[in-house]
Amino acid sequence: MTDTTPPDVTTHAMAFTPEDLPTLRSFFKPHRIVLLLIAAALIFCIVWFMRWDWLPQYLPRLGHGILITLAMLFSTAILGFLLAVPLGLVQVTGPWPLKALAKGFCTVIRGTPLLLQLWLLYYGLGSLFPQFPAIRQSFLWPYLRESWPYGVAALTISFAAYEGEVMRGAFAGVPAGEIEAARAYGMNRWTLFRRIWLPRAIHRALPTLTGETVLQLKSTPLVATITVIDVYSVISKVRQDTFITYEPLLLLAMIYMCLTGILVITFRYLENRIPTRGA
Amino acid sequence: MTEPAQAIAVTDLHKRFGPLEVLKGVSLTANEGDVIAIIGGSGSGKSTFLRCINMLELPTSGSVTIHGETIAMKNDGHGGLMPSDRKQVQRLRTQLGMVFQSFNLWQHMTILQNVTEVPIHVLGKSKDEAIETGEALLRRVGLFEKRDAYPAFLSGGQQQRAAIARALAIQPLVMLFDEPTSALDPQLVGEVLTVIGDLAREKRTMILVTHEMKFARKVANHIVFLAEGVIDEQGTPDEIFGNPRSERLKKFISSIH
Repeated sequence: MTDTTPPDVTTHAMAFTPEDLPTLRSFFKPHRIVLLLIAAALIFCIVWFMRWDWLPQYLPRLGHGILITLAMLFSTAILGFLLAVPLGLVQVTGPWPLKALAKGFCTVIRGTPLLLQLWLLYYGLGSLFPQFPAIRQSFLWPYLRESWPYGVAALTISFAAYEGEVMRGAFAGVPAGEIEAARAYGMNRWTLFRRIWLPRAIHRALPTLTGETVLQLKSTPLVATITVIDVYSVISKVRQDTFITYEPLLLLAMIYMCLTGILVITFRYLENRIPTRGA
Repeated sequence: MTEPAQAIAVTDLHKRFGPLEVLKGVSLTANEGDVIAIIGGSGSGKSTFLRCINMLELPTSGSVTIHGETIAMKNDGHGGLMPSDRKQVQRLRTQLGMVFQSFNLWQHMTILQNVTEVPIHVLGKSKDEAIETGEALLRRVGLFEKRDAYPAFLSGGQQQRAAIARALAIQPLVMLFDEPTSALDPQLVGEVLTVIGDLAREKRTMILVTHEMKFARKVANHIVFLAEGVIDEQGTPDEIFGNPRSERLKKFISSIH
């Protein structure tokens, strides 16, 4: 390593920095103009030749659906990540029973389809609960009668299992020397975990977590199969009501792409708060 | 003139890694103001010895006393020792400023954050105070301009100087250097040695494991030659380098010239 080298080219290429954004002038290049014209033509065709008259009527429901989708994504990603941290940690340092338990959990959940888990929870547990008067009389019953708690549970468990593995790798990958330095200056275990080990592991795992969160977004439509009205479910409703197939699906694809784009940019911003070089 | 106070006393330290006995009874006393250089071939146990002082490596037997306080040890059930009071070890470690061969700066923090981390989150200093001392220390090691940079963007020499500032920030009783220049490109060694030399000149207590013999001779007031897990010979730099007595030391010194 030498002094004052410019940022490494390979890692810089992956980073999303303001300089990478297209400037107004950079649009006026022949190939870009051609591509822009093709895009404009496509959009014109979509707007002009396809049927969008149903859209205004469904807009409020679509908006609500997007909110439900986002609520599903964020609640399950946050809860799942909170579970993933201990799942990853015990696999690296825990006593063997906990280690085996965490490993088993991750293996089983990652080894079975999310749709199956969702249905097992909803149709299995969901039909088991009403048989117990204690549960029917508990304060939880109004929620357990709904379908969304089962969706949140299934998506959370799934995210926790995948991210548990990611965090296991991230915890194990923090250089031993940095942990040792913290111990050498008298840090206790909790401070070491909170100040050094965890933030360092999250920092390492962030690029992976971006991708996993995007995948999680695209797992959310599965909850439509258990009657949660997310954006996918609203689009299905549109198709049933109007017998229009492609237009709603195109719109749905666009909505998911926009949400993905926002997610990716947000995570890139978080990643770039701490620049890295090389590994 | 009064005797200088005792900073570190290590008594009859043994360390065994499985069948291999790396340290076979090493005793060493460092008084305040001492600069002790530990030299020896690779595998002689010098790094292990240094790491036993702050219990990064747990000795198999023997005792370590820091500033008159002996680290309480108990049997670990596998024929070795472990600290019986973790809190005591954590407290005593804040008296020892360790500098590692591979710097070990925290990569997710800026240089200044690295330097203020322990004062704020271990020693309970206020943020303002820690930043003030931290910036002063960085200025001292010539890295004030780099205070907001992340370690990965610094040269090895700069990283090691930052690591020295980080160790100084805890205001340690003794500085421990574990081969601080061994991981550096040759042209970067000088800047780090200059910083360590300055510390020696101001009579800061230091124990230094090093391969830089000329430097050891210049800054240390006491040299310890470790060979095969025992202190083969020790004395003033002139005695050790000018008039070595043991065969092994003679051989070692001739091999490095």
